[in-house]
Amino acid sequence: MKKLACIALLALLPLAAQAEEGGVIQHVNTDISNTASLQRGAKYFANYCMGCHSAQYVRYNRLGADLGLTDTQLESYLMPTGGAKPFDTMVSAMPPADAEKWFGRAPPDLTLEARSRGTDWIYSYLKSFYADPKTATGANNLVLPNAAMPDVLWELQGVQQPVYRSEKGEDGSDRQVFDHFEQVSPGKLTPAQFDQVAYDITNFLSYTAEPIQLERRALGLKVIGFLILFFLFAFMLKREMWKKLH
Amino acid sequence: MAKITSEDNDRDLIDVTGGWLGGLRDWIDERFPMTEFWEKHVSQYYAPKNFNVWYFFGSIALLMLANQIVTGIFLAMNYKPDATQAFASVEYIMRDVNWGWLIRYMHSVGASMFFLVVYLHMFRGVMYGSYKKPRELLWIFGALIYLTLMAEAFMGYLLPWGQMSYWGAQVIISLFGAIPGIGEGLSTWIRGDFTISDITLNRFFALHVVAVPLVLIGLVVFHLIALHEVGSNNPDGIEIKAKKDKDGIPLDGIPFHPYYTIKDLVGVTVFAAVFAGVVFFAPAMNGIFLEPANFEPANALKTPDDIHPLWYFGPFYAILRSIPDKLTGVVTMGGAILMLFLLPWLDTNPVKSLRYRGLLYRRLVIVFGLTFFVLGYIGMQAASPVYAQIGQRFAELYFLFFLTSWLYSRPRSRNYLVLTFVIVMGAISVLDVIGWDPSEVQLKLYSWLIPGVYCAVFMLLPAFFPRLNQPEAVPERVTVGGGH
Amino acid sequence: MSDEIDQSRRHFLTVATVVVGAVGTVMAAVPFVSSMEPSARAKALGGPVDIDVSKIEPGGQVKAKWRGKPTWVVQRGADAVAGLKKIDGRLRDPDSKEDQQPKYCKNEYRSIKPELFVVVGICTHLGCSPLYKPQPNDPEVSMDWPGGFFCPCHGSKYDLAGRVFKGVPAPLNLQVPPYKFVSDAVIRVGEDQGAA
Repeated sequence: MKKLACIALLALLPLAAQAEEGGVIQHVNTDISNTASLQRGAKYFANYCMGCHSAQYVRYNRLGADLGLTDTQLESYLMPTGGAKPFDTMVSAMPPADAEKWFGRAPPDLTLEARSRGTDWIYSYLKSFYADPKTATGANNLVLPNAAMPDVLWELQGVQQPVYRSEKGEDGSDRQVFDHFEQVSPGKLTPAQFDQVAYDITNFLSYTAEPIQLERRALGLKVIGFLILFFLFAFMLKREMWKKLH
Repeated sequence: MAKITSEDNDRDLIDVTGGWLGGLRDWIDERFPMTEFWEKHVSQYYAPKNFNVWYFFGSIALLMLANQIVTGIFLAMNYKPDATQAFASVEYIMRDVNWGWLIRYMHSVGASMFFLVVYLHMFRGVMYGSYKKPRELLWIFGALIYLTLMAEAFMGYLLPWGQMSYWGAQVIISLFGAIPGIGEGLSTWIRGDFTISDITLNRFFALHVVAVPLVLIGLVVFHLIALHEVGSNNPDGIEIKAKKDKDGIPLDGIPFHPYYTIKDLVGVTVFAAVFAGVVFFAPAMNGIFLEPANFEPANALKTPDDIHPLWYFGPFYAILRSIPDKLTGVVTMGGAILMLFLLPWLDTNPVKSLRYRGLLYRRLVIVFGLTFFVLGYIGMQAASPVYAQIGQRFAELYFLFFLTSWLYSRPRSRNYLVLTFVIVMGAISVLDVIGWDPSEVQLKLYSWLIPGVYCAVFMLLPAFFPRLNQPEAVPERVTVGGGH
Repeated sequence: MSDEIDQSRRHFLTVATVVVGAVGTVMAAVPFVSSMEPSARAKALGGPVDIDVSKIEPGGQVKAKWRGKPTWVVQRGADAVAGLKKIDGRLRDPDSKEDQQPKYCKNEYRSIKPELFVVVGICTHLGCSPLYKPQPNDPEVSMDWPGGFFCPCHGSKYDLAGRVFKGVPAPLNLQVPPYKFVSDAVIRVGEDQGAA
């Protein structure tokens, strides 16, 4: 059994190798059982993101069913005016060819962003916009330097500037390392309220990336429960059949 | 001790000796060897009675093959093998198809579990000498299954058409380009195009869904036929057919049915619970079974920061990457796989099971397991000089296992062992000098200790303390209960 | 350790294990079988279709597609509606006894409003799409043609309420789909009258 213990210990190594990216990426605990948060996140997504970004694998009626929204609520808060039916998918009205012309690259579809970049990244990205007169949009982002995306949430968050500190690098030279953000002008929300907005959007995207999450865990308990029951019968039968041998 | 036969147990659940059911059975038997087959291969096929936990993995592997085929069929009902539709069709399965998410996860988790089970199954063979005479062909079929399985998994991974699918395939197929002369042509022929494209996707789909599964099933059938011809090995490594009773039934054998049918059912149930645990609670296994990069559609113009294959290819990918020269890397990786095929002729020690081969051999096998593990881990990391160097050293340990197995095939004199040590460490040092890179002097010198200590332990130690390599007495009859 | 085999215990355990195993196998099969049912996308594409009937003239036909099937709205005109009863004798199922229409269309016009007829344009014989022949005594059909639908594939005939004539290969009346009037100008095919 020593072999198995060694193998098991080494199996933990990959998990330990999730390196921190320094102070820029913050950790966030999403919770998609928090339906209220998901509803708010859906609303923010529809208002602030769907102008450019699609969530092309999400159907409105499925969203309504999972988040407890009626068709009327879907139509009032989430669906773009004119044309879309509840069984349609969340597609942005912006034509991709035009988007590519205006921004340099088409705004990516966000359905699976939480599974490809991760919720920590999204949360940090939403919070890391700062004013930068040198860019075309007047904003830049610490998590994705020179992002083509404008700071769509600036009215809520306000404007901030990154503050750096000096640190000695490995070779002895001075390096500028990000320390914290400083609020330059306030937005409509307090920082805590804005954090909630960023959280809700991140939470919503965590849901869109895999809507079946909660159901699958619930079902998993039942399946494993059944297997334990079956195991008891099978094991008793095995012991009974093997009794005579020893 | 009284022999055990299937007749000793109570009657079957349904009494088929009479009645219309029995009549049907007789009608079939006159035209098809049904009962004959059942008796020869199941109810009167005698297997050693001392199978332990390591003997579950064969039947579990068969179950996983069935799982992949069944879930694969249902996925193929909805999947679109077209570069513009493949990625979306997978999301369609995950969201719009009833239970599609479950079928998809069972298939993707199933692939990883299949390999885990196969590795444990192979390790059992290494521990108990199940590749030795008369089971060499059984082992060869197994190695062919392993190779075919790797091809199947590789092609299957292209199908979701994510970033890692595309770029992983791009890297691996370009390896064929390293072959002198025919390389480029071969790569183009495999792809059907000058780069990985929709054409490649479509043909990989055809191969993955039809051709390779047929080959796999055929090889598994041959594997089982070869097994039944010679009979199973067992943890003590003794041949149960050597001691039979007056009816020709092995004294240490028990009929597969009902003993191992029911015992395997228990093993399968425990495995199913573990499998369900992963499918329902961690299907992506933190990025190891389903990689984050693959949730982004394939983009020929954007290369991911780090391209690596899935974990089960890790060890061989590490060996490949540890050698800077492309062709040498490919050849070495091929050599690593070839070693598996050669094992029956490298380790010819008459004692089969590691239980009776001496302390040092047992440590050798453990170190081999660890080597495989470390190589696998390295294969999954982003490339770096440190990992490349450690990868090189553990690749050396990988090959050294086979060399040491050959060395231990017979008792060797002190001089023989010391000479081997000198030659091996000399060869390794020569290789180090050939690949000399001044910036890595420290790394190279320190890591030289890895094969150094290995060879000192496994070659010098037995030279001066031969007792460490002395085999224990092999029992006449199988031992049951306890031991590893 | 007793050497006796308890047959009844063995038998019980075998039966119990087999039964629980069978239950598990059936439960495991459910997702696979269910996955072959129409997916959410199929249901979405099979969703209701709105047809604008504001500009339809008497004798006119509006064509649409519902669930991939040709679906028509025909403006029959008052005369045609009045004439429907007279030809009952020539029809296989004049009172719509067969289940080829929603409950609210099981009347003499086979429609909600007498003059607007909604029908799925697929012949109940072998699936061709019939032609709309509203002209009475149309020489291309037959001399005593009251107006209706004529299928060119094998000659099946239906009247202006989609009812099948006797003596033709088709066995059933043309299917009337579920539909409702969203407004006087718009018919929604695929949703029942009285449904939310």
